[in-house]
Amino acid sequence: MTEEIIIAGFGGQGVLSMGKILAYSGIMQDQEVSWMPSYGPEMRGGTANVTVILSDDRINSPILNEFDTAIVLNQQSMDKFESMVKPGGLLLYDPNGISHHPKRKDITIATIEAVKEATLINRKTFNMVVMGAFLKVHPIVKMDNIHRGLKKSLPERHHHLIPLNEEAIKKGMAKVQIIHKV
Amino acid sequence: MEDVKLMKGNEAMAEAAIRAGADAYFGYPITPQSEVIEYLMMEKPENRTGMQVLQAESEVAAINMVYGAAACGKRVMTSSSSPGISLKLEGISYMAGSELPCLIANVMRGGPGLGTIQPGQADYFQAVKGGGHGDYRLIVLAPSTVQEMADFVDLGFELAFKYRNPVMILSDGAIGQMMEKVFLPDQKERLTDKEVINKYGSWATTGKPESRERNIITSLNLKSEVQENHNFHLQKKYKSIEENEIRYEAIQCDDAEYIMVAFGTSARICQKVIQLGRDKGLKLGLLRPITLWPFPKQIINKLADTSKGFLSVEMNAGQMIEDVQLAVNGKAPVSHYGRMGGMIPSPSDVLVAVEKELKKIG
Repeated sequence: MTEEIIIAGFGGQGVLSMGKILAYSGIMQDQEVSWMPSYGPEMRGGTANVTVILSDDRINSPILNEFDTAIVLNQQSMDKFESMVKPGGLLLYDPNGISHHPKRKDITIATIEAVKEATLINRKTFNMVVMGAFLKVHPIVKMDNIHRGLKKSLPERHHHLIPLNEEAIKKGMAKVQIIHKV
Repeated sequence: MEDVKLMKGNEAMAEAAIRAGADAYFGYPITPQSEVIEYLMMEKPENRTGMQVLQAESEVAAINMVYGAAACGKRVMTSSSSPGISLKLEGISYMAGSELPCLIANVMRGGPGLGTIQPGQADYFQAVKGGGHGDYRLIVLAPSTVQEMADFVDLGFELAFKYRNPVMILSDGAIGQMMEKVFLPDQKERLTDKEVINKYGSWATTGKPESRERNIITSLNLKSEVQENHNFHLQKKYKSIEENEIRYEAIQCDDAEYIMVAFGTSARICQKVIQLGRDKGLKLGLLRPITLWPFPKQIINKLADTSKGFLSVEMNAGQMIEDVQLAVNGKAPVSHYGRMGGMIPSPSDVLVAVEKELKKIG
């Protein structure tokens, strides 16, 4: 099994750290992983995206131009990545801030109101709500491996926040909506 | 899974330096390799092994600190990215001339000049054809995974001391910045002063005992006859490196009708191209030089007997292609595909280029 994912949004949304937690969770289930970021010089506000690959085999290119899954968190990323989802793949997005919704009919399209849901828990858990939504549709890593992945990727001083993050993941799992299925 | 970590290439290289028993690291920050010195500063290896880490006032200062430490027989490393390496070249030539072992990492970005902070491979000529002045060679290792970023540190030090020659790890911003799973090597003990004297006392400036003449480390020789003899000695050493240290990986070359040649990030992309091509019935292979100097000429020449042609895939305007052409020696057509200025070719871009070349060959 190989899953090629692009996660794209604004810097500061937790795009890169979501990718890192996914990658660590992959390691926890003994997979090969790669995490390839692309971002500008800004700390916040610029576009940020990360290609994450989880695979049972050796990973060839960490740089891709088509993906099994695109997780899209702003309009610019929607414009760029909708066309790069493989036929039969998945496009997951937060409709908040999206004015041009995806039009493709040959891919599964799912939405998660992550900004809204995260605000009810803690705004900083936004990316975990999105990750929960993704894992509900594509359960590529097991929940206990995510737990171990969170433990590995977060510094120890933040370990008390793991239950909060897991609550956010479950919230995402519960609230994801499939708009179009292939 | 005790020592499996998810690390950036730059971080893996820094941790590997501590574990390789390095005595010192001198550097100056520059994107996209600043994580090397950041990691070392954060990790405080002085508390772990006694390794010294210092941010120099400039790249020029850093390479000359490396010169000084290497002259004392120490395992010493520096790293930078393209513009910073240009600044270090004087020192690198001096070290090659003085036969000093050291490890230099170049995490390349797009150029020329300050260029961009995105990945590039346009320092190939600089790394393998000299860069600095004079007839000298660096042993150049090209990692294409985060694991190799870690593994080539100890290998680099070993080769540097085996041949008393600077070794360069030629990486790029993509491999420096990406994270992959990495198995870290065991901690090697740093050599004690006594061990340094025993191993390298014949040439290093470790203090003159009564039993021998003083050791002099210099690249200056005003007598031309002596300097020419020194050059003969260097050339003999380089020949021996060419005979013994060529490393490469041949991926699906056995039945390949068309072969890509690529290193580093480009080699990773080409592995995907093999998969995409073979799905379409194109028998593609990849020859990945691991040592860019010495260059794996013989295997490429041999593959030219069975391959219809070669495509040198590089993130530059066509540099390694010259070495591929020399290796192929007219036996088969050799073409180049590349992107520049920080642009990274996508696997499908490369496949289109391969298909175009195959059409030309017929």
